[in-house]
Amino acid sequence: MSAYTQEQVKNLVDGKLDWDTTMRMLSMPKDKERFELFVHALQDKVAWKDKIVLPLGPHLYIAQSPATKQWNVKCDCGHEFCDYRDNWKLHANIYVRDTEEAMAEVYPKLMAPDVQWQVYREYYCPTCGIMHDIESPTPWYPVLHDFEPDIDVFYKEWLGLPLPERAA
Amino acid sequence: MNMMSMKEVGCADLLGTGETLKQFRDAILERTASTGHYNGLKRLEFREADPIRYEKLFSKLRGGLVHARETAKKIAASPIVEQEGELCFTLYNPAGDCVLTSTGIIIHVGTMGAAIKYMIENNWEGNPGINPGDMFTNNDCQIGNVHPCDIATIVPIFWAGKLIGWVGGVTHVIDTGAVTPGSMSTGQTQRFGDGYMITCRKTGVNDEPLRDWLHESQRSVRTPKYWILDERTRIAGCHMIRDLVEEVIAEEGLEAYEKFGFEVIEEGRRGLQTRIKAMTIPGKYRKVAFVDVPYKHEDVQTSNAFAKLDSIMHAPVEMEIRGDGSWRLDFEGASRWGWHSYNAHQVAFTSGIWVMMTQTLVPTQRINDGAYFGTEFHLPKGCWMNPDDRRTGHAYAWHFLVSAWTTMWRGLGQAYYSRGYLEEVNAGNANTSNWLQGGGINQDGEIHAVNSFEASACGTGASAIKDGLNHAAAIWNPEGDMGDIEIWEMAEPLLYLGRNVKANSGGYGKYRGGCGFETLRMVWKAHDWTMFFMGNGYMNSDWGMMGGYPSATGYRFEAHQTGLKERIARGDSLPLGADLNPDAPDYERHIDATATVKRDHQCMTTEDCYDNYDLYLNYLRGGPGFGDPLDRETEAIALDLNAKALLPEYARKVYGAVLTQDAKGVWSVDAGKTSARRAEIRKERLARSVPTRDWMKEERERVLTKHASVQVRHMFATSFDLSAKFRDQFKAFWDLPAEWELTEAELGVPSYGSVYRMDLSKMPDVHTVVLVEE
Repeated sequence: MSAYTQEQVKNLVDGKLDWDTTMRMLSMPKDKERFELFVHALQDKVAWKDKIVLPLGPHLYIAQSPATKQWNVKCDCGHEFCDYRDNWKLHANIYVRDTEEAMAEVYPKLMAPDVQWQVYREYYCPTCGIMHDIESPTPWYPVLHDFEPDIDVFYKEWLGLPLPERAA
Repeated sequence: MNMMSMKEVGCADLLGTGETLKQFRDAILERTASTGHYNGLKRLEFREADPIRYEKLFSKLRGGLVHARETAKKIAASPIVEQEGELCFTLYNPAGDCVLTSTGIIIHVGTMGAAIKYMIENNWEGNPGINPGDMFTNNDCQIGNVHPCDIATIVPIFWAGKLIGWVGGVTHVIDTGAVTPGSMSTGQTQRFGDGYMITCRKTGVNDEPLRDWLHESQRSVRTPKYWILDERTRIAGCHMIRDLVEEVIAEEGLEAYEKFGFEVIEEGRRGLQTRIKAMTIPGKYRKVAFVDVPYKHEDVQTSNAFAKLDSIMHAPVEMEIRGDGSWRLDFEGASRWGWHSYNAHQVAFTSGIWVMMTQTLVPTQRINDGAYFGTEFHLPKGCWMNPDDRRTGHAYAWHFLVSAWTTMWRGLGQAYYSRGYLEEVNAGNANTSNWLQGGGINQDGEIHAVNSFEASACGTGASAIKDGLNHAAAIWNPEGDMGDIEIWEMAEPLLYLGRNVKANSGGYGKYRGGCGFETLRMVWKAHDWTMFFMGNGYMNSDWGMMGGYPSATGYRFEAHQTGLKERIARGDSLPLGADLNPDAPDYERHIDATATVKRDHQCMTTEDCYDNYDLYLNYLRGGPGFGDPLDRETEAIALDLNAKALLPEYARKVYGAVLTQDAKGVWSVDAGKTSARRAEIRKERLARSVPTRDWMKEERERVLTKHASVQVRHMFATSFDLSAKFRDQFKAFWDLPAEWELTEAELGVPSYGSVYRMDLSKMPDVHTVVLVEE
């Protein structure tokens, strides 16, 4: 088991970790305390005070509201999408590349999908415009609810951490 | 005289206990089911009592397996085996459960195990008999093989007259005598066109291949020299491993060996659970992948009218990780199998997943059936990865498999990301294509077939801390290698006019997917030569992750009547190097204006004629990207531009980069201006987007009125037909009226096989092996 410093994990998050340490992370058994160091590194980067419960992506989190103790899906910029159990994509802005012209904005025509077969759905934060996800399904495909984490079991049983307070 | 022996009446007593192999296997399954531990092993007594000796046994066996693979592959002449390492050796216990495996194409941990289990379930010990020195050959896709070109040689291992296990060796051969040349041909719509099919046939006794087998098998394929050397590779490796096992038993004793052979599987099962708990997060993960099957096009020639339709493979997965570290992989909703050669047996699907998992979740040398016993699979009967008809073709099952597994990368990647193990995140794997295949009379005047394995080096997916690797790997073989040009030019009558990184092929992102590469080949000194394309074109199968883009789709370029012979003689310019921007083609400026050129998305074709000096572009795909491209560092963009891995137009449009180019043509990116431009792009995104629920109202109308291409509707119709659960979830999501339905019958395309099907299990005297929940 290897152990890493807060600075090393911060560098990992920033994509600046030296390769030797990265290789050690890849090849050695995993460090259980990483989650706390990771959350700490992210907490230092966000401008808001809500406690990060679970990071979902480079700019997306499940976070606990300091006032209400509700857990919400929240963007870096402070935008709150929805309750953590909901599919945040249904509360985002969407842009669908479903024409040849829209596809040609991102790939040469011959290297982009044919929109009769496949479209790109880009999900943006309605406040800051960051792109949190791209789905590339067929037309008609339901919006995927990608991830429903069992945070209670993760904190209490897997990590032995106290579960952040959660409003009913 | 002329009397049946005990073997013929089915009492071979191979185990020396009076049990048949089936009884022996059934008892293991029962103990596993009732205790939750493989073979009822609640304790690993040997490992606990003498861990050093246990590890010594492991190291010796594992080392021997790898050594056998490395040594035996030098016997092969086929570059697929000798250069790309498309072989694997695996050791099994008497029940056909994998104990350990070598490196290489380890999907065959399961496929050869399934063949052994088939022999057990169908009383091979009674007839044709299982004796010391026997060899069995299998490539039957209806009982677990991935595709017919993976030929397995299986050798039973005896000690003191008792069967104590099996060893299997597999190589990917160049040709299987299918309807068209190449190991993974297209055009055939059923098993009967997939090539020479061998069902656990006894092909050798007393360590010698049988003469009838040698004569029949070599004339059943187009490449007999490669075929026979591949077989010798497999036999040599199996016999090396059998010798090793004998040596180990002589040193350690039979009891220790047999205990190890069971405990190491239970250890593998526990190891998977431990890794799941150590690396992931409990919960449900839902992902989906697709592949285009564009068979309506005139360049896809099939022997059956009913196969001439466009369709789409659908592979949804719900991955449930439970609090105890167990997991369930549920593929409910997958589309039906089809009249093409991309269907997969349940074992090909489940066993193949471990090829991928060894590159991420279980990067261990202890690959065995423990991981299988630690996983619940749900594959609905009738879907493409568990067909319910014995006619299905499987020659290029990988086409669907590699695409379906991209979902697993993203599901696990979400878990790793959320837990902070960013170094483990991988947005996915490339669609490992194009496959350059074909045949005819080669440069040596012989009947020949080719299957370029340059696809062993596609781009990898981006991670959460760095770009994917360029032209580096393939999901199906963890030791990816594109092979040497000089070797391919010996194996194929095709000269290289270029081998370059493929610009824009990796998906964009904060970290981009690894780029693929492209090779331009010119036919040279061949006669009656044919080739075809095989890959994705109208769709890509690997999504990006967390704001990253999917990688680029494929396209094809081929040129005929090029005039290159005369151009070479005159010293005119030639098409060389990369097809840098397919929207502004350059090759065409260096061939005759009257040449016939095909540039389109039709990346699935059947055998077509090529003359000498004709051109073929082999474009190997890139991997998907990670994170919003607007987060990409400007230095990385400049590096890509100067390496011709990215076209300037897309640096501007996708990355928001503000570029300058100096007099020497070197690109640089202005960080300050780029930052300002990116702020504008975010505003532009908001201006062009709408709330998702608003868009859903419009899309719902399109669903209600059935406004979509026939291939999209066909995909949903076949999935609905197989899964009421998926249909109901779809209808609930779009809030469709109860009477809304979608059937194949209403689509106006061939629906042959949609109602009447016959499974292999319906054949007389056949007992199929079911290894998943159906």
